[in-house]
Amino acid sequence: MLRGGTSRRGWGFWAQLAFTLLVCTFLILPAVLSMLAGVTANFFQGLSSGLTLKWVVQVFELYSDTLLLTLGIALACLLVTLLIGVPAAYVLTVRQSWLTRLVEEVVTLPVAIPGLAIALALLLTYGGFGDFRQSWAFILVGHVLYTLPFMLRAVMAVLASIDIRTLEEGAASLGAGFWTRFFTVVLPNAKSGILAGSLMVVTLSIGEFNLTWMLHTPLTKTLPVGLADSYASMRLEVGSAYTLVFFVMIVPLLVAIQAMARLERRAKRTRPLREEALPQAVAETPR
Amino acid sequence: MSLSTSMPVRLAGCGKTFADGTRALEPLDLGIAGGETLVLLGPSGCGKTTTLRILAGLEAPDPGGRVLFGEAEVTHLPIEKRNVGMVFQSYALFPNMDVAGNVGYGLRVRRLPEAERRRRVAEVLEMMAISELAHRRIDQLSGGQRQRVALARALAVRPQVLLLDEPLTALDAALRERLRVEIDALLRRLGITAIYVTHDQSEAMALGDRIVVMDRGRVAQVGPPREIYFRPANRFVAEFIGTMNLLRGELRDGRLVLPGGALPLAGSEAADGAAGETEVLFRPEAARICASEAAALVGRVRSAQFLGDRTRLVLDGVARRTVIVEAPGRREFRDGEAVGLTIDPTDLIRLPD
Repeated sequence: MLRGGTSRRGWGFWAQLAFTLLVCTFLILPAVLSMLAGVTANFFQGLSSGLTLKWVVQVFELYSDTLLLTLGIALACLLVTLLIGVPAAYVLTVRQSWLTRLVEEVVTLPVAIPGLAIALALLLTYGGFGDFRQSWAFILVGHVLYTLPFMLRAVMAVLASIDIRTLEEGAASLGAGFWTRFFTVVLPNAKSGILAGSLMVVTLSIGEFNLTWMLHTPLTKTLPVGLADSYASMRLEVGSAYTLVFFVMIVPLLVAIQAMARLERRAKRTRPLREEALPQAVAETPR
Repeated sequence: MSLSTSMPVRLAGCGKTFADGTRALEPLDLGIAGGETLVLLGPSGCGKTTTLRILAGLEAPDPGGRVLFGEAEVTHLPIEKRNVGMVFQSYALFPNMDVAGNVGYGLRVRRLPEAERRRRVAEVLEMMAISELAHRRIDQLSGGQRQRVALARALAVRPQVLLLDEPLTALDAALRERLRVEIDALLRRLGITAIYVTHDQSEAMALGDRIVVMDRGRVAQVGPPREIYFRPANRFVAEFIGTMNLLRGELRDGRLVLPGGALPLAGSEAADGAAGETEVLFRPEAARICASEAAALVGRVRSAQFLGDRTRLVLDGVARRTVIVEAPGRREFRDGEAVGLTIDPTDLIRLPD
């Protein structure tokens, strides 16, 4: 049996498998160790010191406000990118001109520019408005700038793939005015793109560090900023417990994004069916 | 299902210049009688789709142009206010709704009561013989089924005018032919004013009460299919519709002198007494094959294509260009064989100068 196995799969297969597993271990091990450290009583003694949740509890005591702020900013960011991004994606798709292409490029710029540079520009321009600068809305502005292109791209890709212009013309020919068309045809058919974009925006906003680190004040710290803070000033176990909390928040979102992508691919695979025997139409006049 | 009225439609001085300055349509006057099926026919870029979109209200004509539905001017009404039914080349069915949802969309937009809506959707689905598809998703339909749903959706709102933009182009040949027959029967039965755009001449011939042949933004000819086929107004129409042979030669004693012989022309033209270079046209099916001795013209078979019910021959030596004729029956032709042709003078077509 073993001989049969080795003859079917040569040594090359096993070598590749071993290499792949090695690389995976190399990548996953730090994450596992880091999370383990968060529940270890004393990291320097190792696991033998026992497992505990006290570091996680301490993280919640010290940083629960950052957690709330992060979620709050992420949701606010989602709301703003939905309100701006979806209509903008629609306009950019339907009205193709040099102007809309220019707008598209400009809006995409923040992806390429380092977050630090954007933050610096925001500070230079609006740093003087004290109340604004000290509020979480200041961080929100940075997050919206950074995440908007992702929402735009996701929605535009879907709208382009379904030929939204012709669908709208179809709806118009049946008597639907602009708003009716927008809510009954455009939005429902852009749903998958809006959902994908939303997951992306929330994930990016929760994990954003560069911009936020520059923009935050001691009273407006988000989760990743708090993470940096705890690494710098707390016991290693606390920082690790913090990582654990972060993972628990972000992993379900990443899984959801993957699931969305899979759904999308499956939807694309469906093709028009084979011609079935069509019964003769117009055979008689129904009254 | 019956439609209340047969709405006559008129375009008056409707031209279209696009933003980049290209002239898609020269100012056009066109009247369509109530209940008439008018086909706009031409190669791509001839302005047929632009004309349809102006009729639909998807494009505005250049200033000065007017669109009239009956007595009412609708030039400045957008498509959603014109009560037209439109079938798109890509069908434009809504993927987020099932078949019944698509067909009922126009009725929902018009805020018809639920019960009335259901009744009318069921009625149209039955008419198109797609009742059993009512709850299918659009991506679960074949091309032919989609075509029917698109037609049902357009008819459900009882439009004043039905506009069809190459509705059969996306289908394969056999299905296209079948649906063509169905659409023809449907349009006749409903008595609805219909404007049908196509680049397929057989579709145009089969469906149109009248055909508008278009070329580079202009109308080349308007007329019933037979007139377009047998009396083309100009070279473009002659060459675009069907196969046409050109004979160019010297006119002498009422006969056209060609490399393959001398062809008698009809009395009126012969009597003109005019001599000199002239040209006449004829359709492949107008020529009869006969023995060389009895023939007006003689040529040699360059190639013969057996089509089942007839044989299509390409002949050398008859005229300066090759000539295509059709021979019915079982006779076999060899390449290089000499064949004689006679053509009834009344089957010869002369283009106006």
